Amino acid sequence: MARKDDVLTMGRDQIAALQLEGIKKTVICCYENVPFYKRSFDEAGFDPYGVKSLDDLRKAPFVTKQDLRDNYPYGMLAVPMEDVREIHMSSGTTGVATVGAYTDHDLDFWGDCFARGISYAGCGRGDVCQICYGYGLFTGGLGAHYGSLASGATTIPISAGNTERQIRVLREMGSTILCCTPSYAMHIADSAIAMGLDPVRDFNLKVGIHGAEAFSDGFRAQLEQKFGYKVLDVYGLTETMGPGVAVECLEQDGLHIAEDHFYCEIVDPETGEPLPDGEWGELVVTTLDREASPVVRYRTRDITRIVPGTCACGRTHRRIDRLHGRTDDMLIIRGVNVFPSQIENVMREFDQVSSWYQIELTTSNSLDVVTLKAEVDPRFDFDSTGAIDQLQKSIQARLKTALSVGVRVRLVEPMSISRSEGKAKRVIDLRG
Amino acid sequence: MIDQLTVFLENTEGRLAKLCRALADADVNMKALTIADTAEYGVVRIICDDPARARDELQEKGWRAMVTKVAAIEVANRPGGLADLLGVLDDLDIPVEYGYCFSTKGDRAVDILKVKVSSEADRAVQKLEEAGFRVLAQSEV
Repeated sequence: MARKDDVLTMGRDQIAALQLEGIKKTVICCYENVPFYKRSFDEAGFDPYGVKSLDDLRKAPFVTKQDLRDNYPYGMLAVPMEDVREIHMSSGTTGVATVGAYTDHDLDFWGDCFARGISYAGCGRGDVCQICYGYGLFTGGLGAHYGSLASGATTIPISAGNTERQIRVLREMGSTILCCTPSYAMHIADSAIAMGLDPVRDFNLKVGIHGAEAFSDGFRAQLEQKFGYKVLDVYGLTETMGPGVAVECLEQDGLHIAEDHFYCEIVDPETGEPLPDGEWGELVVTTLDREASPVVRYRTRDITRIVPGTCACGRTHRRIDRLHGRTDDMLIIRGVNVFPSQIENVMREFDQVSSWYQIELTTSNSLDVVTLKAEVDPRFDFDSTGAIDQLQKSIQARLKTALSVGVRVRLVEPMSISRSEGKAKRVIDLRG
Repeated sequence: MIDQLTVFLENTEGRLAKLCRALADADVNMKALTIADTAEYGVVRIICDDPARARDELQEKGWRAMVTKVAAIEVANRPGGLADLLGVLDDLDIPVEYGYCFSTKGDRAVDILKVKVSSEADRAVQKLEEAGFRVLAQSEV
């Protein structure tokens, strides 16, 4: 086994060889130990013993969240229960929970994967890592916890909530690393400012490792400005491990996949066909050395792409782009796949409108009609005649280019798009 | 040049009434109001006392309001009063973006004009004064 640092800079051939080894082991292990995989491989005519190249994996059927649910609680286990050290579960808010089980080895490399984010930021021993992800069945808290331990940093397992105490600990313990969701980080910053503190001066933060939610570049810039630190995006999901499947480095130009533990593909969410590097599609993950809960071609429903080219940081592991949304959010408008996040990206180019928008889908003469309502920003000089029409037309033209779908833009008054708990309902589908 | 209050409104029932109520609650007295409307929205332009305070109070309550510089010019309240005024600007090739009139005292009317190119506003005012028009200050409207 190569030394940990070498793993991150090994040649692409070496990585491919290592991944092929991992895939072979995983598909055979799944076939022999998990009845679900035996059945699904046989049905698809996939021979786990016949994998000779990475491309051969494409012959394997996908596994979905529903498959994992159907096998709740222990149906997907590939090791005897006595080898399972820990169990996590994804929130069952949209149905039955899915289970992630971990052997000692699984926990060990989980910590290592998350710790990469800490080391990418130049942190480790001597740093103080405040973890305000929720601890418990949710993988955020303990994933960051194992990562912090593995990195050599001092770990403060404060968990989520009690913002005043978070702020007190940030100040008094001099935490240098903050692990939590981006929205909670923003809440901490705003609360500290409201208490009369200056997070840049009064805190000692170097880096925030924020994930479990998609957040925009603008949001990241605001966080970095408020705290005076660097924000690294971290990706992961319970079904494949938890946070650490991919983490950004300081280049902030995509998240390095832990390619010694995961093999990632991007597929067309409609057809399931693989897409070339650079194209946006659904992320599909195969674990390479997961013992308790291996997955073969797990459809994450997360939309991203492989960032083409190599990273300026010199690490060779491929990168996924920051998440574009989930296939669940995908709208099909006149046969074209549209993600609300694509619309959001266009909106951000126009400072005449705020980030509050709403997409209304209606039908007219059996054609889909999309209306985007955007709130007028105070910076917009709407007094000039024609300025509003002009702005609506410019946004429409940009959206047409970005989405390949015509969208009607309608400017509306501030606060006219309803907000519930600070979050706007982005899409209203009134199609019959 | 004087300050004009401009408010963006959705063209829905009761919005203008609510805006006027909000201005009343803020103790703002209006001298003139004009609406440029489309089927979906309207731009309401208002001459009032203390437009900056009116804007701040409206913004705080969630309205989208702004203050714009416009010229207020006194003209004779007789046929051809406005024609004379616009003739001066037309001769100078200074295009007018929008305008509206209101009559305050018996024999004089006030015209509000916004010239299209804001950098030409001072020249327009100067030329109008040279032509004998009285350009009003905020306190005079």
